[in-house]
Amino acid sequence: MDRSEIREEVLDILKDIAPDEDLSDLKDEQSFREQMELDSMDFLDIVMELRKRHRIQIPEDDYVNLASMNSTVEYLEPHMSDIERV
Amino acid sequence: MYDTIIIGAGMSGLAAGIRLAHYEQKVCILERHYTIGGLNSFYRLRGRDYDVGLHALTNVTPKGTRKGPLARLLRQLRMSWDDLEISPQVGSEIVFPGNRLRFDNNLDLLRSEVAREFPKRVDQFEQLISEIVDYDDLDDTHAAMSARERLTELLDEPLLIEMLFCPLMFYGSAREHDMDWGQFSIMFRSIFMEGLGRPQAGVRLILKHLVRKFRGLGGELKLRCGVKQMKVADDEVKTVVLENGEEITGRRILSSAGWCETMRLCDDGQPVVSRAPGRLSFCETIAAIDLEPKTLGHDRTITFYNDNEQFAWTPPDTPCDLRSGVICSPNNFEYGEPLEGPDGGGTVRITALANFDYWNGLDEEQYKLEKLRWYDAITDSAVRFIPDYRNRVVDTDMFTPTTIVRFTGHDNGAVYGAPDKQADGRTHLKNLFICGTDQGFVGIIGSIVSGIGMANMHCLRD
Ligand SMILES: Cc1cc2nc3c(=O)[nH]c(=O)nc-3n(C[C@H](O)[C@H](O)[C@H](O)COP(=O)(O)OP(=O)(O)OC[C@H]3O[C@@H](n4cnc5c(N)ncnc54)[C@H](O)[C@@H]3O)c2cc1C
Repeated sequence: MDRSEIREEVLDILKDIAPDEDLSDLKDEQSFREQMELDSMDFLDIVMELRKRHRIQIPEDDYVNLASMNSTVEYLEPHMSDIERV
Repeated sequence: MYDTIIIGAGMSGLAAGIRLAHYEQKVCILERHYTIGGLNSFYRLRGRDYDVGLHALTNVTPKGTRKGPLARLLRQLRMSWDDLEISPQVGSEIVFPGNRLRFDNNLDLLRSEVAREFPKRVDQFEQLISEIVDYDDLDDTHAAMSARERLTELLDEPLLIEMLFCPLMFYGSAREHDMDWGQFSIMFRSIFMEGLGRPQAGVRLILKHLVRKFRGLGGELKLRCGVKQMKVADDEVKTVVLENGEEITGRRILSSAGWCETMRLCDDGQPVVSRAPGRLSFCETIAAIDLEPKTLGHDRTITFYNDNEQFAWTPPDTPCDLRSGVICSPNNFEYGEPLEGPDGGGTVRITALANFDYWNGLDEEQYKLEKLRWYDAITDSAVRFIPDYRNRVVDTDMFTPTTIVRFTGHDNGAVYGAPDKQADGRTHLKNLFICGTDQGFVGIIGSIVSGIGMANMHCLRD
């Protein structure tokens, strides 16, 4: 997957977690916490969805990288570049 | 071998099951009863639908709200706000002799009511609200402090304190005469600051969504499958023995059967902490009437009443406590279309504190007679506070503390479980955890949040 595909995938996870949220004007540089008021349980969910969907293991110390869309894509790129988007 | 075995298909067990099945665990919920829901089930009697528990959902925040237990629960269960079809309350009230406080889902009404009834206490009440807003439910430093003591410091009007305690204790205190400050703050927010609402179709709608979701994710639900025993060795549960003799195994067990009840199931028989079971139980009368309550002049969603200046939150010496109660009419919510019974009528339900030992000691014949007698006594007591509906009644039902035992297995029919809670859900065994009422969160929304929290904390981390 390239960066834009990874972004789509993360967006899909966010949609799944918060179906009532309008994500069309999500700002990639701003934190999810600020924009969507996600709490620690939700961040754990992003991690677990990535594991469920793509078998990616994210160690707890790396959770900080999932703060915003930009940092998430940045962090995931090396882990997901080999994965085919389905 | 299951990844997780869940005991109990009440709100907490089903919610935990959904979390685990969503993350591809092999999970099985074992329920002793022939139906799901536990304390919050539903039934049909002589052509009418009734809910067992539900008066109202607490924590009702409007669609789009991102904070608070309801929003969190929807995200965790991957549900949309619209799935629950919640209609907000019309408005409720707390009635004591000579004083009335009305409230709805906007805190400003309660504020103005306090200003009207207790004009000198406006600032003190604001101070209370700001402490509750600041209370952090993840930091438990002050959680176990006595709410009665804290309120007495903040408010120098004993009557106002009693009036605030009345609904919060009725809807969520396992502790007699008092509440933990943490529980008080959580309940205050969930009832006065967030609010009350109800799906028009009642609790069956919520249960239907939960069970469909669980099964859709591949979860197994076994009804009429009570757990008789758990075989323990090496500090863990090795085997779960069912009432029919079958034995099954799971890597982890999550039990919503209650603390004492779960400890008794373990064949080592040794709870590390032995604790007193709760004693607070209810009788509830249900009346189907031949018109909508508001036609009689009763438009309140819930009326919490108490006929003297002090509110007693202890098991009564009499079979039922006739001094206080909760009157709920499921008709009085802001539905799009009126809620109608089969003949266009409505429903009035009254909850009153009851004495478990009395009801448990009756033989079948006496039990039937006493139910009739106390149905009348509770109703006579309640119509002091709302318009008299007694000559409009077309059908009735009543449940007692022994009914609660039958549906939930909770000792003493204790609606909110044991007064001491196990907030981290851990037990003396490394693969056995508890969720639901005795973990600390009560009510429908509370127990769902508990199931989610315990599943996340103990069953999804590896
Ligand atoms: C009269 C009344 C009115 C209420 N009104 C409201 C209300 O208006 N709003 C609100 O939010 N809450 C209300 N509640 C409270 C709410 O119903 C409970 O707090 C909530 O349902 C508790 O859920 P739970 O999952 O913790 O426990 P339970 O519902 O008790 O679930 C436990 C389940 O475990 C099963 N079980 C027990 N032992 C075994 C065993 N050995 N093997 C297999 N299964 C077992 C039981 O059968 C049960 O199904 C009310 C309760 C009552 C009694």
